Order: sequence, then C-alpha cells, then structure tokens
Amino acid sequence: MSNMHESWGTRVGLILAMAGNAVGLGNFLRFPVQAINNGGGAFIIPYIVCFLLMGIPLLWIEWSMGRYGGRFGNHSTPFILDNMTKKRLWKYFGVFGIFTNVAVAAYYCYIESWTLSYVFHSIGQTFSGLSQTEVARFFTNYTDINTSISGIPFEAVIAYILCLSLNVYILSKGLSGGVEKAAKIGMPLLLLFGAFLAIRGVTLGNTGSCDDCDSSLGLNFLWEPQFDSLSNPKVWLAAAGQIFFTLSVGMGTIHCYAAYVKKKDDIALNSMTAGWMNGFVEIVLGASIVIPIAVGYLGLDWVKENAGFSMAFQTMPYLFQQWGPALATIGGVMWFGLLFFAGITSSLAMGTPWMGFMRDEFNWSRNKSAWTFGALVLAMGLPTVLFYNEGVFGEYDYWAGTVSLVIFALAECILFAWIFGINKGWQELNAGADIRIPIIFKPVIKYVTPLLILIVFLASLITPKNNDWQNAFKNKWELDASSIIGQIQNKGVEVNKEYFADYFESGVSGTVGSIDRIDQRSIVRLVNENNRQIAAYRFSDNKEIIVRPGDAVIKGQKLATGNFINNVFFTDMSRLLLLLLFGFICYLVYRATIRREKTGRN
Amino acid sequence: MSNSAIITMVLVQVLVTIITAYFFFKVLNTPARPEPDSYSENDDRDGE
Repeated sequence: MSNMHESWGTRVGLILAMAGNAVGLGNFLRFPVQAINNGGGAFIIPYIVCFLLMGIPLLWIEWSMGRYGGRFGNHSTPFILDNMTKKRLWKYFGVFGIFTNVAVAAYYCYIESWTLSYVFHSIGQTFSGLSQTEVARFFTNYTDINTSISGIPFEAVIAYILCLSLNVYILSKGLSGGVEKAAKIGMPLLLLFGAFLAIRGVTLGNTGSCDDCDSSLGLNFLWEPQFDSLSNPKVWLAAAGQIFFTLSVGMGTIHCYAAYVKKKDDIALNSMTAGWMNGFVEIVLGASIVIPIAVGYLGLDWVKENAGFSMAFQTMPYLFQQWGPALATIGGVMWFGLLFFAGITSSLAMGTPWMGFMRDEFNWSRNKSAWTFGALVLAMGLPTVLFYNEGVFGEYDYWAGTVSLVIFALAECILFAWIFGINKGWQELNAGADIRIPIIFKPVIKYVTPLLILIVFLASLITPKNNDWQNAFKNKWELDASSIIGQIQNKGVEVNKEYFADYFESGVSGTVGSIDRIDQRSIVRLVNENNRQIAAYRFSDNKEIIVRPGDAVIKGQKLATGNFINNVFFTDMSRLLLLLLFGFICYLVYRATIRREKTGRN
Repeated sequence: MSNSAIITMVLVQVLVTIITAYFFFKVLNTPARPEPDSYSENDDRDGE
C-alpha cells in the first residue's frame, strides 16, 4: 500500500501542521466579531469553558481515532470509523470527513486567493489614495468577475486557479515534503506578522481621526467583562460554535494527520500543544489586530455597526493607508500574508483526507490523488467564484462548513465514547502519552462533550426567531430563518421567490435615494428616513429600472423589469451540488467496501 | 481602558501564552522514542 510510505518528518512539524490546520481566517476575523457581539470580555468565559469541555475532548477523540485507524492502514474517516465498530453503516458517517473537506476547500481556496491577490495589490500600492468607499468597492468589483479592476480580465478566476494549483502542487509533494514544509515556513511567518500587527493595534492609541477614534476603546469593548450576558444561552452557543470552527474539529483532517502517528508515539501532548497554539493565535493575536486598528481610525460606533468578515478586505487596506505609503505596504503585505498562511495551512489539510482515501482504497499515486482533488475542488469551487454575489459561497459555508461539522462531531463522539467504548478509547488516548491526562476527562468525554454537541446541534436546528431564547421558552416558538429547518424551508427568502422572473422586487422598504451609473451598471440605492443607505441593487444595461429617485418603495415592490435569475435558484442548485458530492463519495466508499471484500481486507 | 478590561485582557492573554509555551517547551524537551518512531527525519541518523 503506497500510503504506508508517507510519514511526518519531525514531531514539531506535525504539531505545526496540526496547528496550521486549526489556525485559519476565523482566528483573526470571526473570533473578535463573535466576542464583540456576545458581551465582550464575558465571552471569554464561555469560550474557555467550551474549549475545556468540548474542544480539548474532541481533539483527543479525533487524534485517538486517527492513530487507531492508521494502525490498520486507514488514513481517512470512512474506514477509520468502520474499524471501530462491527456495524458497517458507520463508515457512511465517515463520508462527512471527506465531503466537508472537498466542499469547504472549494470556497476556502477562493478566500485564500483573495488574500494572495491583495498581497500583490498591497505591494503595487493599488489602494494608495483610495477612500474607504472606493476600497470597499474594489472588493465588490473583484468578486463581480465581469468587472476588471486591474486590467487583468477575470482576475478573481485566475487567482483562484493559481491558488488551487499551488495547493495541489504542495499536496503532491507528500506529507513531510509538502504539507509539513509549508507549515514550517507558514506558521512562524504567521506568528511574526501577527505579532507586528498586534503590537501596532494595541499601541495605536488615539489617532484623532474622529472623537472616539482610539484603539484602547476597541480593546476596552472587547475585554470589558459583562457578566450578565453569561446567563444568555445565545452567548454560550456562540462560544461553542467558535470552538468548533477554530479547532477544525468535526472535519476529518485531524484523523487523517494523526493516522500517520505510530501507537507508541504521543498524541495527548501533541494535541494539547497544537490546540493551545491555535488558542494563542486567536486570543492573543487575533483579538489585538482588526478591532483595535479599526476603532483607532473609524471609531467604536462604526465598528459596532459594521464588525464582520468583510472588514478584512473592505476596510483594512484603507486603514493601512493612514500609516503612510511605506508602512501601508508593509502592513498590507503582513496582514494579507498572515491570512494567506493561515488559509493555506488549513486548505492543505483539507486535501489530505481525499488523498488518504484514494491511496488506501484504490492504490492511487500521490500525484494522481492530489490532482484529482484539485479537479474536484475546481468543479465544486467554480460556482462559488462565478456566482459569489448570488449566494453560492454562503450556502457552501453553511451546509458544509457549519452544519456538517456538528453532525460529524456528534457521530464520532458517540462512536468513540459509547460504541468503541470509553475504556478502550481512554486506553488508546493514553498509549504513549507524554502527559498525564486528568481522569476527570474520562466522564467528560463520555457524557459532557456529546451532550454539549447535541445541544449545539438542536439549538441550530430550531433556533428561535431573532435568537431570542428567553422569549421562545415563555411564548410561542417561532423558527428563525437562520435555523437549519428555516434554511431548508428558505424562510429567509421573502421576495424574488421564483427561480426565474421578468421583474425584480425590493427586499426592504425605504425611499429611492439615488440611481447611479458605476462600472457599466445602474445602482439603485434605497435609504431610510435618516437618509442612511439600507440597500443597493445593481442592474445591468439590459434591465429597465421602473423607479425614480425620491419614490417611496415598500418591501416586495418591483424595482426593475427584464429577465432575472433569482438567488434562490443559485442557492437551491448549490445544495443540489453538495448533495451530489456527498452521494458521489458515498458511492466511492461503497466501491471501496466491495473491493475490500474481494481482496479479503477488512 | 477600564481597570477590569485591562485585568481581564492581561490575565487571559498571559495565561494562554504561558500554557502554550509550557506545552511547546515540553514537546521540545521530551526525549525521542526509540526507532521505529513516527518521524522520518531522524531515521538515517539513528540507523548509523
């Protein structure tokens, strides 16, 4: 079996690769936003509790399952799970451990390609002299592939393919020759860039750009404890959710990496080191960059209203410009370089489960399995690139990057603690351990961790309207559009419900503030009574706009006529694509099972 | 920044840094297992 020749070069290399797998864009973008939205300093208490009761146990479970499976020549979750039980259906739960990675890599590589492009745009000083609105528009135009922003046609598509090719090339070099080398270069640089920007963020102080433009106000908001929010279930769910995303648990990548560790070698200390390294990057570096720098130049009120993922690309380049040309270039290169390294060390991990599976089951070569991974990701990813603004990206992120993680984590936790058995599992975890794991974690793994994941899953399934749990328990339980059931029912789609239509309806009520011509498009801007923009719709020249500036518009009112393909079509097609991918991997697992039966391999 | 915010930030960040450094230090200072182990870079040297 060719896969048996793969191995890690060094223990530190394995830990850096595992930490790189966990450290992603979420450490720098998602964590501070979640903290801000959930009580500032008080968020850290539920976060650490969830880390101890859910994150660490899940890390140990996945490392143990991976190493156990690797002993039988299994390097991907379908047959790692199959190894642990006599019930043959469990291997189909393991399909999540390949499916999630292919689907997430499809859109994750796209974000990664933005960071790579923005490094070059920072070096070329593309953002020099641009206003905040112009920097934000640069990003909108970048993702609207019909608009060329730098003279390179389809820049977003080309950057995506280049980035994916780089991933595939590194994967084709194997674990120690590719993935580990990338982690050994990427992680130290990430820490270096992160430390520079964090020091800059913490020491920025009052910039004088506005009345409340002081980075310490941002830090104060982030760290001021608000203990009353601890009784709010929403805060606890947000903390549990953040732990899932930040540690990359429930994906199948940790199993795959750990499958190359031998039984007598440690996994307990390794997993703690990688897990805490991720915590360091998130809590120490991630919390000290975006929020304080943004508050330093735009004020606390602006950040409270606009804190989100888009700040990384739509706001940060503008903020760096305030440091002068040289520092702006250095800041831009470091910020987007840091995000790139955070991204690529994670996306490389996403390639390994597919490679491990194809090499184990079909004896494929390293090159063949790497390039087919690239082809599959390209086929799944092009819709996210071409129809980013139509919502395909968001659908992938929700179903593959969110829901699937929770389902798989719950399944593996039950399998490990209840079916494989906590005694055997505990023995496996402690074999070769370089640290003594407190015995309290044995009942935690058996009872607390699965219960917590079950609560997270059920809470996501039936999230009450506006996330208002107190009201839902007291009064009628109405589902929120963001709940899993609400998503399946497309509850959030209130206008433009048909796939194809000859008109376009407004999603909000307001007044037509202006109709502008930008980049060969007409943009209808709707404003509220305070003249603040509440929505902007872009229409190409072959559409006829039927409202005029000053018109009052109600939600559902027609704004333009022409031939429209509504977003609901793209979101439903994305779900279909994801289902097809899941079915395809199930079929491969079925074929592999037949192959194993024929060759007598179990 | 308020005192409580400074205390929370310093306490949490210092604690996380110390724990991370402690585990990493322990990894670096734990003697390698006898061959064959999981890591290939020390294979030739140990074989000599």
